[in-house]
Amino acid sequence: MSLVAATATATASAVTAAPATSLAADTHGFLSPTGVEIAFLLVGLVTFGAALVTVTTRQLVHAALWLVVTLGGLAVEYLLLTAEFIAWVQVLIYVGSVVVLLLFGLMLTRAPIGRSPDADSGNRWAALTVAVASAAALVWVVVDAFRATWIDLDGPAAGSTAVTGASLFQNWVLPFEALSVLLLAALVGAIVLSRKAKAESSSPPVNSRAGSGSSPSVPDSRNHPSGRKEPAQATDPVQATDQVGTTDPAEQEGAR
Amino acid sequence: MTTTTLAVLVPLLPFLGAAAGLLLGRTAPGFVRPLAVLPTLASFVLAVLVAVRQGGDQAVDAHTELTPTGSVPVELALHIDGFAALVAVLVGVVASCVQIYSTGYLRDDPRYPSYAALVSLFTSAMLLVVYSGDLIVLLVGWEIMGICSYFLVGHYWETPEARAASIKAFLVTKLGDVPFLIGLFALATDTGSFRITKVLGAVASGGLHHPTLIALLLLAGVAGKSAQFPLHTWLPDAMAGPTPVSALIHAATMVAAGVYFVARLLPVFEASSAAMVVLAVMAAVTMLGSGLAALAQDDIKRVLAYSTIGQLGYMTGALAVGDRGAAVFHLLSHGAFKALLFLAAGVIIHAAGTNSLAAMSRMGNLRDRVPDAFWTMTVALLALAAIPPFSGFFSKDAVLGAAEHVATGYTEHAPGTAGWITLVAGLITAALTAAYATRLWLLAFRGQGTEAPDHGRQPLTMTAVLWVLAVPSLALGGFAYRSLPDWFDGRDLAPTLTTSVLGTGVALIGGIVTYAAWRHSTAAAARVPLGAVAAHPEGDAGLVEAEAIATHAPAYGDVASAPDPADPGRLLLGPLHRHAAVGFHLDAVYAALFVRPVLAGASLVRFLDREVVETYVRGAGALPRLLGAAVRRAQTGNVQTYVSALLAGTVVLAVAAVLVATGA
Amino acid sequence: MHLAYPAVLSALLFCTGLYGVLARRNAILVLMSVELMLNAVNLNLVAFDVWLSKAARDTLHSGQALTLFTIAIAAAEIGIGLAIVLAVYRNRGTSDIDRLRDSAEGHESDGPEGDAPTTDQTGKAEATA
Repeated sequence: MSLVAATATATASAVTAAPATSLAADTHGFLSPTGVEIAFLLVGLVTFGAALVTVTTRQLVHAALWLVVTLGGLAVEYLLLTAEFIAWVQVLIYVGSVVVLLLFGLMLTRAPIGRSPDADSGNRWAALTVAVASAAALVWVVVDAFRATWIDLDGPAAGSTAVTGASLFQNWVLPFEALSVLLLAALVGAIVLSRKAKAESSSPPVNSRAGSGSSPSVPDSRNHPSGRKEPAQATDPVQATDQVGTTDPAEQEGAR
Repeated sequence: MTTTTLAVLVPLLPFLGAAAGLLLGRTAPGFVRPLAVLPTLASFVLAVLVAVRQGGDQAVDAHTELTPTGSVPVELALHIDGFAALVAVLVGVVASCVQIYSTGYLRDDPRYPSYAALVSLFTSAMLLVVYSGDLIVLLVGWEIMGICSYFLVGHYWETPEARAASIKAFLVTKLGDVPFLIGLFALATDTGSFRITKVLGAVASGGLHHPTLIALLLLAGVAGKSAQFPLHTWLPDAMAGPTPVSALIHAATMVAAGVYFVARLLPVFEASSAAMVVLAVMAAVTMLGSGLAALAQDDIKRVLAYSTIGQLGYMTGALAVGDRGAAVFHLLSHGAFKALLFLAAGVIIHAAGTNSLAAMSRMGNLRDRVPDAFWTMTVALLALAAIPPFSGFFSKDAVLGAAEHVATGYTEHAPGTAGWITLVAGLITAALTAAYATRLWLLAFRGQGTEAPDHGRQPLTMTAVLWVLAVPSLALGGFAYRSLPDWFDGRDLAPTLTTSVLGTGVALIGGIVTYAAWRHSTAAAARVPLGAVAAHPEGDAGLVEAEAIATHAPAYGDVASAPDPADPGRLLLGPLHRHAAVGFHLDAVYAALFVRPVLAGASLVRFLDREVVETYVRGAGALPRLLGAAVRRAQTGNVQTYVSALLAGTVVLAVAAVLVATGA
Repeated sequence: MHLAYPAVLSALLFCTGLYGVLARRNAILVLMSVELMLNAVNLNLVAFDVWLSKAARDTLHSGQALTLFTIAIAAAEIGIGLAIVLAVYRNRGTSDIDRLRDSAEGHESDGPEGDAPTTDQTGKAEATA
């Protein structure tokens, strides 16, 4: 935090000395930021602030929206680092799909709209301590290590679509294909997980109907997906639809 | 075969029989009886052969050293002189008779195989003691006998009396064996050898430096094994074992081993006149106390047990006056008639269904039910009371004669004090012996009242051996006293006029007084009904006896005596009767001196262990338990807590690593 | 551009995500924080790739390739993670991380049999309301 403040004052003083640095472009100086650096710094501040709000806000949906700001800010940072392909991928995948998925998840778990007083757990102070300590350690090490390192952003862009595509399909074809398999596995896994959850969620009414009490015993419900699926579909469709209609909160949420 | 080979086979055969019996007892029950009887019989025959070949001449000596054993060598040695040869024959006779008798006595006992094997093992150990020429080998046999006695006394381990008696016998004899062992070591240190011949040679040339100490240490072991005062208390209780065991171990052989040991090493004891006086006092106290106690006992076997203690006292007395010939002579004749007495008592107990003399005195015709036991027991009791011409008269008179010999001034072997003590105590004990023998005979066979139950004839194996043993009881003394000196030291064993008249006189007086007392008190028997008989009179004799022993205390109030006003012993002893019945409270003294301190020490140790040591252990356990509770509290199940701790540790480690790497 | 700018920003974002993972109660908010951490790593990768491709003539562009892979894996992760959270929510009636304490000491005495049905019923009540 203090370091950010220090850099902020540094930029404030650097504004007055801007002509000098533009003249001496070859010799880099910490107190003489270029325009790219200033832009990076401002966008970085916005990104960091949005991230802080994301992890501290008490309104869950707002957290997701502030996450959009953070991810978008990061995309701008990628652009500033001349990694334009990554930037657009970031916008497409993160802002376009991941945040939407998260919002769906919030809705499906019936997260409360508006302020929820218990968004943070009792672990907050320990978490703050750990986070501040690790931040201090990381910033110290990084600044100490790369004190005199500069990125040369002139010349051809390092991350244009052509360059990235050539590199990806020349050098990284095999991991790329392996990644497709991983994505397929994730797809199948997500489907299996949700289907299993559906079958399990329909078991408690059967138990209560049989008169064994209201508690859904775990071993009983384990037996159901394999043994009960076909009869439920074949012989008693009315009951099955009845259960789904009355008990499945996901369906309920979707209908709403 | 040479005499040495035969002599080696004598102890070896019963040992092999015992091993085979223990191994085959369960798998081949048909072989158990032959395996028990035949090796013992063969060993008896071989012992007779050895005795004939040795013939009382020069002692047979043979030795071999298996392996070097340090400064004082331990050798497998034989030393067979006249004493050893004849005692071995006695052991063979009694052991064979007992093995044959046991086949009938324990006919239906499920533990007969182990019983027979232990008796064989005992026989082997006793023969080893008799023949051994090396003190350590002798000690091996000595201890094997002790452990066999422990197992056999506890044969009826279902009854608490037998369990207590076996432990008592073992502990009391061990109490004597510890000083005995130390005495053996001291003897070997002084003389430089464990070989009996070398020890005796060293003693003769004056090589013994601490004669009194060694003799007293050895005497402790002898007193334990031979049931002499003050270590005799185990023997009456050991009657809780089966009757054949009492006959073989606790009358004829094992208890005689102590006497035999002293006889072998008599020069060692003679080297210290103090030890001889101690021996004489021990013998006198033993004789008088056991005679009085025997008059007060109600259990027929306890009467015989106290009688055994008294007769062993005679042998000790003979040793105290330095005449081992007389001692071993009495050992031989006593072994024969006391074994006979016990075996006949076993028959009587089986027939009467009780071991109580008070109950027997209320049975009409017990005599006609067991004629064999009646006649042979009469012979044996006459021998015990030392009435001429039975064998006991000659042997006891040899003892009294030797004592009189020393008392009248021939003190080259023993101090005159020992002679007087032995002579006076022996004469009084002769009267007591006649008294309790008469009492036993009158109560057992002259009872009046209801008819004794009829169980048919006793098994032939049990009655035949009674007659076999009746022969030496009747005739051994009269025929042997002339030839025995050739086997022994050469001292004359013929009865002298003074002692024979005196001894026979006091014995007759004792018998007649007892008869008069019995006539006076027997009328009371009809007025006071008393008695209990075994619940299973059809069972084998062992079962009947076990039940009789187990029910004596509940039926009569005490294991030793019965509240019988018709008992002549009660009239004779007067106020002494109460003390004599419990062995003059020696057990209570032992309880106060040893048992209670040991128990108190044990409870103190228990307290220290429970309260002090355990406290430290619990304290040592408390800290880990506290730590465990603290660690358990950390297991909240909240994943975020775990990850926080993990990352905090990671940060600390990373910072430390960076600091170390940069050298800060 | 000075390399410290993207590196420091990346470190700060990472620690912000770390705080969210440790402190947030709702499982979906935790997933958002994980996304923050992943993006911090991505920024780091891109910045160093740009630096190395100019300074050391690295032609593989491994940093950017890895960033792409990370983005793909993050998408898969968010899908699977959301499916798990939904399954847990359906079973337990809650997606609060500090109420999922099955591994706690002495859990059997007051386990899911004790509180899961009640929350389930409240959930149902909300659903029907």
